[in-house]
Order: sequence, then structure tokens, then C-alpha cells
Amino acid sequence: MKKRVKSREHLRRRLILFLVLAGILVVISLAAPLICPNDPNATSAADMNRAPCAEFPFGTDRYGRCVCSRVLMGSRTSIYSAVALVAITFVVGMVLGMLAGWYGGFLDSLVMRLADVMLAFPQMVLAIAVAGILGGGMGNAMLAMGITGWTLYARLARAQVLALKEEPYVHAARLSGCSSWTVLTKTLLPNMLGPMLVTAATQIGVMMIGLAGLSFLGIGVTEPQAEWGSMINTSRAYLQLAPWAVLAPAVATIITVMIFNYLGDCMRDYLDVGVER
Amino acid sequence: MLKYIGKRLIHLVFIMFAVSFLTFLLMYLAPGDAAAKKLNAQGVAVSEEVLEKTRESMGLNRPFLVQYGDWALHALQGDLGESYKDGFPVAGKLMKGLRYTSILALTSLVLAFVTALPLSILTALHKDSLLDDITRFFSFVGNSLPNFLISVLLMYFLCVRAHLLPLVANESVKGLIMPCLALSIPICGRFIRQFRAEILEQLGKPYVSGATLRGVKQRYVLKSVLHNSSITILTIVGLSIGTLLGGSVVIETIFRWPGLGKLAMDAINNRDYPVIQGFVLFTSTVYVVINLIIDIAYSWIDPRLRETGGGS
Repeated sequence: MKKRVKSREHLRRRLILFLVLAGILVVISLAAPLICPNDPNATSAADMNRAPCAEFPFGTDRYGRCVCSRVLMGSRTSIYSAVALVAITFVVGMVLGMLAGWYGGFLDSLVMRLADVMLAFPQMVLAIAVAGILGGGMGNAMLAMGITGWTLYARLARAQVLALKEEPYVHAARLSGCSSWTVLTKTLLPNMLGPMLVTAATQIGVMMIGLAGLSFLGIGVTEPQAEWGSMINTSRAYLQLAPWAVLAPAVATIITVMIFNYLGDCMRDYLDVGVER
Repeated sequence: MLKYIGKRLIHLVFIMFAVSFLTFLLMYLAPGDAAAKKLNAQGVAVSEEVLEKTRESMGLNRPFLVQYGDWALHALQGDLGESYKDGFPVAGKLMKGLRYTSILALTSLVLAFVTALPLSILTALHKDSLLDDITRFFSFVGNSLPNFLISVLLMYFLCVRAHLLPLVANESVKGLIMPCLALSIPICGRFIRQFRAEILEQLGKPYVSGATLRGVKQRYVLKSVLHNSSITILTIVGLSIGTLLGGSVVIETIFRWPGLGKLAMDAINNRDYPVIQGFVLFTSTVYVVINLIIDIAYSWIDPRLRETGGGS
């Protein structure tokens, strides 16, 4: 018994550690314009492919742009877009799934069949096609990932509603005259939010990888906007001359994705909910 | 059993109908005029007269549903139209690409599987041992690495720094090492995590402690554990096919491997819409059919499902 309590304390500490680390990343991305050593978009023919030095901590790329500043500014694009994408798909999917589970019938069939069809496409294949057809831009890339992304939350929310629907307290709420809206938002939502949020947290890293992949392929964020995936792509031709221009955004991506993935894992372990992965 | 397969096949027809409709809709909604795109892809000077003629010959003046019906009927007969770029049939291009993609994807899948399965069994049996910690850490890192990043890092360390391998993939074993590693490392990481979790769950079940207490050798207990985990393991493998197909686009583009993914990426860059359309339809079909086969395989693994006729 004592060991169990201790391990929960341990899990809590780990969760806080990764919350703090993720918070630091968000703060860095918020403060990026203030802490950039140089203008991230200023090109300079004299400073092309320069090795890391005092002026350019991570060197410069083939246009003489400061890699460090671009990595810092890129953190905004990468972190915000992934978090925003997860938030939007989470809300859309959860609302659709809850309504489908609650009302059942035609609405349920419609939403679930739509989800089935979306799941028949391999996610990245559809995302690449959609982003490729719509042309670049982070908005289009997010749309491309979101088309299939919502199904995860819709299915989970529906399953939760179906499971909770017959609980005595839900019956009690309905019998006391609460409207469907009140039952859904006040009674069901608080009870299902935990596992749903854990799933969302584990998805941030996945979405980050997906969006960076699209940018890497040249169909997400496009130059000159700084984004890690596209930085790696445009600099990889100069891998021999200026490896720092590839390695700096690469390391940034790895660290960020790992912190967010660990955060998701910690949340899951702490709340101890079985989450479909 | 037959009834179950029949039901699944009918479901498959509906899904594929919807998939093909959405694929067609996507291209229909694509910004710009298809006739102009075709002429641009061929590098023909666009005049209003030529445009009108091309539109007529492509059947673009017909209603949307007629166009879809026509396209779907041809697709059913294996005719996915012709490339805007060079006029070759899309289906032929896809079949050529499929060969390369299956070499790459299957090698990567096998590589990931044969690494992940023994490791996950070992780590599940020796939970919280040193090996478990190390494996968990590496599978976590692998799972967090985007495949394009692995490719670029491998290129940097193995080609630029160590001069061990060629930069462009060819069909030799040496040329396949990097693309396969890049494709299989993230999948292997996920496999280990998920396999391990499933095996651990099975190990915690009463039949395992029962058998162990009766003095059954670990080898035989493990056999039942694996048998009982196989449905979940198969499901995980089936779902990874989607990751493989998506990942191959990135990997093939990086290593210039002439598979489906590179074909699709080239088509996107050239605005060659019939090829993109064919690629999406084709890969989705492959994905859906593989997962159907896996669903049917469940009842072969677990005889109980044969009676009830339902997959888990």
C-alpha cells in the first residue's frame, strides 16, 4: 500500500516536471521575437553557410540567415499549429461523438460512417494529397491533418457517452428535468473529459510530426516563414557544407516532440486511464 | 464464418464507394480548371479555343455526378485515366511504383517486427530490469522521431561523415539500408511499446498464474500468452500499414526511390491530378483490403469468433 502511494507521488512529480518543461517551450516560443539574436529573415551574402560563432550561435544557412533565430521563430509555428490543430479536432470530434452517442439513430450512423470512411484513408496519405492539392500554407496543412484527426475523439467520446448514458446519476439528471444540453455539458462532460484530454495530449506530438512532415515535403509551411520541417528540407542539400543548418532544427524537433510525448504519457500514467493508442 | 466474410465484403464495397467519391470530390474541388492544368502540365500554350476543346474532350462540361460515375466505372475496370504530364496510363505507373514500394515497405515492416517482438517479450518478462529501461527509452525516442528526421540524420552520419553508404537508394542491399531504417525505426518503437503493453496484460491474467503454479514450463505458458496476444498484435501491425504507406512518400522522396510515394510527390509538384487521384484511391484500397484480411484472420486465430461471427 505504501509503495503504491509513493509511486503515485513519483508520477505526480514527473507530470509536474514535464508540464514545466512544456511550459518552458511555450514561453520560449512566446518570447521568440525578443530573444532572437538576429533577424530570422535577414539574408546576407557575406555570411552564407557560416559555422556557429558568437554572432550566430547555430551558424547561418545558405542565404546567410541566422539558424538560431530561425529555430526560435520556428518553435512558434511548430508548437502553436500542433496545439491548435489538436484543440480544434478535439472540440469538433468530441461534440460530434457526444451528439452521436447521446441521440443515436440517424445522426449516430451518419457520424460514425463518416468516421469509418475517413479511417479507410491512411492518415498521412490523405493529408499529403489534400495539402498537395490545396497548395502550401500552414492553414491548409492543418486542414489536411484535421480531416482524419477528428475521428479519434469522435469515436472515443461516443463510446464514453454510450457507457455513461445508463449510469444512475445520468438517469437522475434526466428525471429531474434537465435538458439534453444540460446533461451533456454538466453531467457527462466532466466525467469523460479526463481520458479525452489524455488522448489529446498524446496526439500533440503525433500532429507535430505530421505537420513537420508536410512542411518537409514542401506542402506545409513554405519559405521564408521559419518552420523546422521546411528548414531541414531546404538545408539538407547543404548537409556537407553547413550541417548545423540541419542539425539545429532537427534537435529542436526531437526535444519538443519528446517533451510533449512524455507529457502525454505522464498524464496517462497519472490519471491511470486505459487510453487507446 | 462465410456470412461474416460476406458482411465484411459488403461493408468494404460501401467504404470503397465512399472513398472513391471523396477522392474524386477532392480533385473536383481542387482550385483551378482541370483542362488548363492538363495543358499547363504538357506545356501547351493556353488559348480560350484550345481550352474549350480540351474541356469538351475531357468531358468536363458534363454534370459532376456523370463525371464521377464515368471515372468510377473506368476505375473499376482498372483504368485510372492518363497522366496529364506524359499521357501514360496512371494504373501502369502505379503498378510499377507498387513493386518498389512493397520492397521497401515489406522489408521495413519485417525489420520492425522481428526486432520488436523478441524485445517486447523479453522486456515484458523482465519488467523494470535494466534491459526494460533501455528498451523503453529507445522505443520512446524512436516513436518520437519523424521519419524524415531519421533519414537526414542517417544521411549525415553514415554518408557525409562516415562515407559508408550511397546517398541515393538503389536496389542493392546497401542502398536499401537507410530508407528501411528510416521507415522502420518509428514503427519499431511503436511496436515495442504496444506489444509489450499487450503481453504484460496477458501475463497478468489468471490463466498465467494458474499455469505457472501448476508447474507448467515458462516456454509453454509463453506460447499461450503469444497466442492470446496475437489478435492485438495483428491489429497493431495492420494499422501500421497506413503509417508505412504515408511514410514511404517522405522516404522515397528523400532517397529518390521510384515507388508510389515518389510518384505521388512528383505528381503533386507537377499538378498531375489523375496520378494523385489514382495514388490516393490505390493506397486506400490496399490499406482497407489488408485490414479486411487481418479482420478475417482473427477468426482463424480465435475459433470463438467463428461461432459468433464478429471480430473484436
